[in-house]
Amino acid sequence: MLEAQSARYGEKAIEGLLAVCAILSVLTTTGIVLSLIGPTIGFFEVVPIGDFLFGSDWTPQFEPPGFGVLAIVVGTLSVTLWGMLFAIPVGLGAAIYLSEYARPRVRRTVKPVLEILAGIPTVAIGFFAVSFILPEVIQPLWPGEFLGGAEGRPFMALAAGLGIGLMIVPIIASISEDAMSAVPRGLREGAYALGATRAKVAVRVVFPAALSGIAASIVLAISRAIGETMIVVLAAGSTPNATFNPVEAIQAMTAYIATTATGDISTGSLDYKSVFAVGTVLFLMTLAMNVLSIRLVRRYREVYE
Amino acid sequence: MSPRNRLAAAGARATTRAMLRDQPRGDVIRNAAFAGLLLLAVLIALAGLFALIVQAFAKGSSALSPDLLTNPPSTAFPDKAGFRPAIGGSLELIAGVILFVVPVGIGAALYLEEYANEERWWNRLIEVNIQNLAAVPSIIYGILGLAFVVRGPLDLGFILAAGSMTLALLVLPMVIIAAREAIRAVPDSIRQGSLALGATRWQTIRRQVLPASIPGIATGVILAVSRALGETAPLLLVGATVFVTFDPTPFGADGYSALPVQIFNYAVRPQEEFQALAAAGIIVMLAVLLAMNSFAIWLRNRYEQRW
Amino acid sequence: MSSSKWPVVAALTALLAVGVSACGSGDESASGAGGGELSGAIRIDGSSTVAPLTEAIAEQFQADNPDVRVTVGTSGTGGGFEKFCAGETDISDASRAIEPEEAEACKKAGIGYEDVHVATDALTVMVNNQNPVTCLTVDQLNAVWGPDSEISDWNEIPGLEADYGEELALYGPGTDSGTFDYFTDEINGEEGATRKDYNNVGENDNATVTGVEGSPGGMGYAGYSYYIENEARLKALEVDAGKGCVAPSVETAQDGTYAPLSRPLFVYPSKEALKKPEVRGFVDYYLENATGVAEGVGFIPLTQAQLEESQAAAAKAGA
Repeated sequence: MLEAQSARYGEKAIEGLLAVCAILSVLTTTGIVLSLIGPTIGFFEVVPIGDFLFGSDWTPQFEPPGFGVLAIVVGTLSVTLWGMLFAIPVGLGAAIYLSEYARPRVRRTVKPVLEILAGIPTVAIGFFAVSFILPEVIQPLWPGEFLGGAEGRPFMALAAGLGIGLMIVPIIASISEDAMSAVPRGLREGAYALGATRAKVAVRVVFPAALSGIAASIVLAISRAIGETMIVVLAAGSTPNATFNPVEAIQAMTAYIATTATGDISTGSLDYKSVFAVGTVLFLMTLAMNVLSIRLVRRYREVYE
Repeated sequence: MSPRNRLAAAGARATTRAMLRDQPRGDVIRNAAFAGLLLLAVLIALAGLFALIVQAFAKGSSALSPDLLTNPPSTAFPDKAGFRPAIGGSLELIAGVILFVVPVGIGAALYLEEYANEERWWNRLIEVNIQNLAAVPSIIYGILGLAFVVRGPLDLGFILAAGSMTLALLVLPMVIIAAREAIRAVPDSIRQGSLALGATRWQTIRRQVLPASIPGIATGVILAVSRALGETAPLLLVGATVFVTFDPTPFGADGYSALPVQIFNYAVRPQEEFQALAAAGIIVMLAVLLAMNSFAIWLRNRYEQRW
Repeated sequence: MSSSKWPVVAALTALLAVGVSACGSGDESASGAGGGELSGAIRIDGSSTVAPLTEAIAEQFQADNPDVRVTVGTSGTGGGFEKFCAGETDISDASRAIEPEEAEACKKAGIGYEDVHVATDALTVMVNNQNPVTCLTVDQLNAVWGPDSEISDWNEIPGLEADYGEELALYGPGTDSGTFDYFTDEINGEEGATRKDYNNVGENDNATVTGVEGSPGGMGYAGYSYYIENEARLKALEVDAGKGCVAPSVETAQDGTYAPLSRPLFVYPSKEALKKPEVRGFVDYYLENATGVAEGVGFIPLTQAQLEESQAAAAKAGA
């Protein structure tokens, strides 16, 4: 980059000002870490970490209180699991279709629709999950007493899971489709020339070539699902329950934070600190997923450049 | 061509044609089934979206009326309840978000694209940070806001400006990323031409790069703002009170409300009228978001420059 | 693309921000000119049980006094007292009496108050319509809900006369709620003491109704309003506290025979706040209208005697 000949003081000042704007991002991360650390340490001064990680009940407000976080971690994972079981086939299917099969006109209509889906506020999806998916889709279709039956349940992990699945389909679809588009045409054309059908090309040539991008999209989607709050608050329930049973109500970590931090607890109490301890667990989980997804994206970008 | 080559070519042609035309029955069915499954996947996604919108209308149509926009919320008279303070609150919240996010976001993007030396570790740290922050759960931002903006160093209390700041921090990474892409899309030749003519770096940015990247930046800002409009979880933690019947002010200590929070509150109440109100609120919110996103897309298409 | 776009964009943004806040801001003229023109702000927070009543009254009050701004938060009874004793609110909604620690905190901060009884709630135990059981004693309820309870079937309830072999499906409110505190305190002897394996409905008490309605062996507890709104869908159990089975109703809650689950609902205005004419006016208005509004939001209105007591308490607080 050519350097301007006449440097002025103003230039340095402006550069400094802009740098400050950028540094704000580092400050935000520091802020998040700081806001979580203090009360979390205070929490662990009272609650042994063994109880926290391996305790059987998450009942911080009962007498006597139980602080086993596993119950709500499993709750979060259960909803995430059901969400991914829906979103991966639907999202990947849509991505392959858009990338390998769809005519340009179809692409131009479907892609914006997926973008609209991506922009739907989660409170609307949560409302949809609890007032429609639960009573009108799951309960009528559920086979009888299987796993305890779906009747009479106001909250369900599966309902929240399907809501979350719907929310993350656009993430998987658009990032996977990007990754597949990045696969050079030459690879496809070579395969077609050897007599392969479209299906074979899609599954055996394009998909493996775009694998790290697809993997990145799935990891990112998992991260979003873990961090989602409103859908689980509205549809999954408030009963901490370490089960993967789809028809049972569970409490996710995010739901615990949301309902407790707005409710009836005094600042400085153990309940209050438990919110931050759970927040720390949540932050660490999503951080790990994000780092992994960034690595994967970098790998798929590098392969062809 | 010699007769031998002609024969060979004819043979190759025939073989290829045979391979492509006469596929075994099993293959044809399998291919069709596969394509069908893919199409099904797309249709399921579309059906989900469609069902959501239709259900919102079905449930909320009884509550839809102009009153929704002009009346305050009501516990005693659900049929007269509206979303006015919540809408006012949301508008003020996003005005605050825009005021914060536009200068800071563009500033950060400019620094990273135009000034920062990528070799330096601190610049790489900033980049990694932004990417991580873009994917932190929104409720963690609520905790951040509670600890630093509402209480802590800024100690603003549970006021609307605090909610604004919290949301701004949430969407800032998105704006920075979008702005960077827009700035990056401006070809280097433009910059170099300007510098060659004796302009300083800042002059180049101000007069050439920035104006060219504004549509991309504007699109990014609008998308970020529509995300902020629909966020509920962080606002719950920084004190968006649910029951206010008057129009909120940015620094007023009397409390404020926001559209998604109000919808949430109605959604958890048992009476049918409140469920209908929640659905109606969702319709209003979706309409606003659709308008904003369409505007963003129009903006992008209209002003996008092809270099 | 000329650089003249810049100022336009900036101006539009600024205009948007200014315009919207201008629409929203009103001026805060402190006390109105004497003679009935009330104005100012009243901050109320506390119990989410009492909130609907306070909200309904606040709405009507603001309709009559448009210059007064009332906000009603729902941080829960405990959270409300915390803010109240820190001087952040004028009135605290409470679904239980103030506790000694909270009273201490208020005293330390110099906040004086008076508890004003505004309505009564009859905590109702609801069961499925198919259930033949009509009455349970407090001991039986304790057997079902206590922390060590392992009862999973209706027939396992000690001393039950009816024969109902359905599996128990329990529903209860969130642990942040005063309802939870009150029920566990009265039935299990200690606030927060409860069996762990019930369906926690969190904020959404309506889910108790749906849950119990959908399970033949369902049992749940919630405020009276949730039962009364859904009378056809559920059955309310009578409770025997030693003097016979009593069903929850307006009369039995008012005269106290529905025990121990009828609970008084309070508002706690602070002495400081009552010095403001708008708060004074609001509390008076509240008491005047509480009996009229209470049944509408599903509570039990005060009797005449209780009303007079409350008005005396409010007067004392403001003195």
